[in-house]
Amino acid sequence: MAIKKIALCLVSAIALAACGGSDNPAPAPTETSTAPDTPAASARAPSSEVRIVGSSTVYPFSTKVAQEFKNKTGFNVVVESTGSGGGHKLFCAGTGAGTPDVTNSSRRQKASELGNCQENGVSEVVEVKIGFDGIVLANAIDAPPLDLTLRDIYLAFAKDVPISDTDCTLQANPYQKWSDISTDLPDATIEAFGPPPTSGTRDAFVEIAMEGGAKDVACLAELRDNDKDRFGEIAHTLREDGKWIDAGENDNAIVQTLTNTPTAIGVFGYSFLDQNADLVRGALVSGVEPTFENIAAGQYSISRSLYFYMKAAHADTTQGLRDYALEFTSEEAWGPGGYLEEIGLVPLPDADRATYRSAVENLTPYQQ
Amino acid sequence: MSDATPPETTSIHQSADAHKLLRKRRRRERGFRMMGMSAIVMAMCALTWLLISIVGTGYTAFYQHQMTIDVVLDETVLDPNGTRDPDELRKANFRRIIQNTLYARFPDITDRRARQDLFKTVSASGATDLVRQMVYKTPSLIGQTLTLEVPTSDDVDQLLKGYIDREVSEDRRKLSDQQIKWVDELVASGEVHARFNWAFFTATDSRDPELAGIAGAVAGSFMALLVAFVVAVPIGIGAAVYLEEFAPENLFTDIVEININNLAAVPSIIFGLLGLAVFLNFFGMPRSAPLVGGLVLALMTLPTIIIAARAALRAVSPSIVDGALSLGASKTQAVFHHKVPLAAPGILTGTIIGMAQALGETAPLLMIGMVAFVTEIPTSITEPASALPVQIFLWADSAERAWAERTSAAIIALLVVLLSMNALAIFLRSKLERRW
Repeated sequence: MAIKKIALCLVSAIALAACGGSDNPAPAPTETSTAPDTPAASARAPSSEVRIVGSSTVYPFSTKVAQEFKNKTGFNVVVESTGSGGGHKLFCAGTGAGTPDVTNSSRRQKASELGNCQENGVSEVVEVKIGFDGIVLANAIDAPPLDLTLRDIYLAFAKDVPISDTDCTLQANPYQKWSDISTDLPDATIEAFGPPPTSGTRDAFVEIAMEGGAKDVACLAELRDNDKDRFGEIAHTLREDGKWIDAGENDNAIVQTLTNTPTAIGVFGYSFLDQNADLVRGALVSGVEPTFENIAAGQYSISRSLYFYMKAAHADTTQGLRDYALEFTSEEAWGPGGYLEEIGLVPLPDADRATYRSAVENLTPYQQ
Repeated sequence: MSDATPPETTSIHQSADAHKLLRKRRRRERGFRMMGMSAIVMAMCALTWLLISIVGTGYTAFYQHQMTIDVVLDETVLDPNGTRDPDELRKANFRRIIQNTLYARFPDITDRRARQDLFKTVSASGATDLVRQMVYKTPSLIGQTLTLEVPTSDDVDQLLKGYIDREVSEDRRKLSDQQIKWVDELVASGEVHARFNWAFFTATDSRDPELAGIAGAVAGSFMALLVAFVVAVPIGIGAAVYLEEFAPENLFTDIVEININNLAAVPSIIFGLLGLAVFLNFFGMPRSAPLVGGLVLALMTLPTIIIAARAALRAVSPSIVDGALSLGASKTQAVFHHKVPLAAPGILTGTIIGMAQALGETAPLLMIGMVAFVTEIPTSITEPASALPVQIFLWADSAERAWAERTSAAIIALLVVLLSMNALAIFLRSKLERRW
C-alpha cells in the first residue's frame, strides 16, 4: 500500500534526522572541547571555536590565517563575511558565548560603534591594524591608459560640480567625456562600474578619492573650512545619470564587464588588479601606478588601512582566540614575505607591526 | 455527423465560407503549435547554453596537477630540541622543509628572489600541511625521507590547464618565464602530473583554490535540509489536510489561506530576518548552525508544501471519500485511509520541489550566519556549518583565477543534487500513482 511506503519514508527520514540531531560526536582527536549539544544551553562555557565576523575585504586574509591556525593547533575557526558595518554591530552586541570574538573591518571603527560597544558591556576592545589595501581605477588592457588626478576623479563622478574653480555655484555634472575635464585626457566617454553604497570599498573611494579631489577645487576647499557638512554632501554624492553604475559586490563581474566595454573603468580592490593583470590595467593616480610597492610606500594615494578588533574579555573564555590573534600578527603571516603578502595584503611598516603585536600580546584596549 | 449529411443539399459544412473558416482555424492551430515549439526551443537553447558554459569552465576542476617531491624530514629544522612533543611539532617550520626540498631539486638556483619564485610553483599550504599532519600523527617519521605527491600551486595548475596565456608579456601574467621553464621541465620528467581531484569532494573550504573542497558545505546543506524536511513535511501536510478537509469555511480560514498564499511569495531574506529574531535572539540557538538554517528553510518551504498538498488532495475524486463514508468510515478514516494515500504522489512532488528550492537558497542563511568559512566539516546540527549555494557565492567573489573553475564545479555538484532530487520526485510519483 502506498501509505505504508510513505510512512516508511517518513519514519526513516525522522530516524535519520534523529541521528543527525543527537549525534553528539566523539571529540575529534585534535579538538580540546566540543560544543554542548543542547542549543538552548544558556551558559555555553568555554566556546569551542573562534568566531569572526566582518568585512568582506578582510575575509580572504582572515580565512587564510584561520586555515593556517587550524592546521597548526586544530582549533575550529568560523569566519563570516558580513561587511564592516554588520560586523561592528554584531561584535558590539555584547560579550559572552554566542557573540563574535573578533570583527574584521576595512575602515577604522567609528566612535559611535565603539560607544555602542561600551554601552553593551564590551569595554575592552583591542584594535589591530593589519595592513593596507589599494583601491584601483582600472580599464581594459587594450583601452588607452589613463593618468588621473584626484580632481579629475571628483569632476568625473560627482553628481553636482561647481561651475568654475572660483565660483561654487553648483551645476549638474556636465562632463560627458574625459577630454571635457582636461585636454590631456583621452577623448573617451566617462563610464564607471563601482561598488554599491553598502560596500566598504565604496566608503573608502568616496572618502579618499572624491573628497580628496573636491579639496583640489579652490572654492570647495574654502567651503570645507566653513561648512564641513555641506562640503561632505557635495563631495560624497556620486552621479546618478548613468555615468557611475553600482555594479554589485562582485569584483570579478566588474573585471569581466571591463574586458567587454573598453571605454568603461572599474573601481575595485588591488588584489583583483593583481590577479587580472592580463585583462585590465590600473589608471595612474597623480602619476603613480597602483603597484604593490607604491601602495606599501604610501605613494599611491587611494589606499586604506585594514583592521581587526578583538574582545579582550574573550581571551580567556574562547580557547584559541589569543593564539589566533598571535598567529595573525606573526611575521610569518603579516610580515614582508609572509603568507598574507602572497595573497595581496600590503604589510605595515616594521614599527607599526611591533606596536600592534604588543597590543595583542598584552591585550591593550584602545581609545579613539 | 457529417458522414450522414443528406446528398441532395450542400451541407453548410461544405460551403466555401466553411472551408475558409476551416483553413483559418487550421492556420491558427499551426501558428500556435509553432509558437509553442519555438518557446520550447528557446528554453532549451538557454538551458543548453547555461549548461555548456558551466560544464565547459567547471570540468577542469575535477583534476588537479600534483608534484612528486622527495621530502627530507630534517630533525634540525623540525625538532631542534629533540623533544618529539606532537603539539610543538605541529607548529614547526614545515615551510622550510618544503623549501629545502625544492632547492635540492634545483641545486643551481641560489638567488634569493629566484628561490622564492621556485617555491611558488608548489601549493605552500597544501604541501606544508600534508607533511605537518603526517609528522604530527607519527613523530617517528622525523629523520626519514618521504616521496610524496603534493598539489602544485593554483597558478601552475591554471597554466597547465591552459588558462594562463604563455604569449602575453611576462609582467602581465602570474607566472614568470623562468617559472614556466621549471614547470615544463617538471612535466617533461613526469614529476608534475594531473590527478583526479579527490580533495574537491573530501576537503572542506580553503582559502587556497587548489585545496578547497565542498565536503563541509555538502554536509551543512544535507543537515539543514534534513531538519527542514522533518519540520516542514509533517506540519505542511497536517495543515493542508486540516484546511482542505476539516476547517470550517469562515473568515478566519479565509485569512489563513490568503496569508499562506502570500507567504509563498515573500522574499526569502525575510525568513532569514525572522530566524535571526526568533531562533537566535529569542531562543538563543547557536549561530551558523544547520539546525537554525533548517528551521528557517522549513518556514520558507511550508507555504509551497501546503499549497501543493492541498492541490493534490483536491485532485482526488470525491467519489472515493463518498464511497468510504457510505460504507461507514468516519471522516478521519475516509481522509487518512483513502484520500491522503491517493494524494501522496502529488504531495511528495510538492515536497521535493520545495526541498530543492530550499537547497538553492543563500539569502535567508546570510542573516543567521551560515555565509561563513568553517575550517571543520560539521558532524552535528548544532556545529557551525556553511551550505553549498553559500560556498558558490563566496567562491565566485574570490580574486584568484582558479576560483572560476571551482565555482563552476561546485555549481555542477549542486545541479547534480537538484537533478537527482527531481528525478526521485518523478520516480516516486510514477511508482505511487494509482490509475483506475
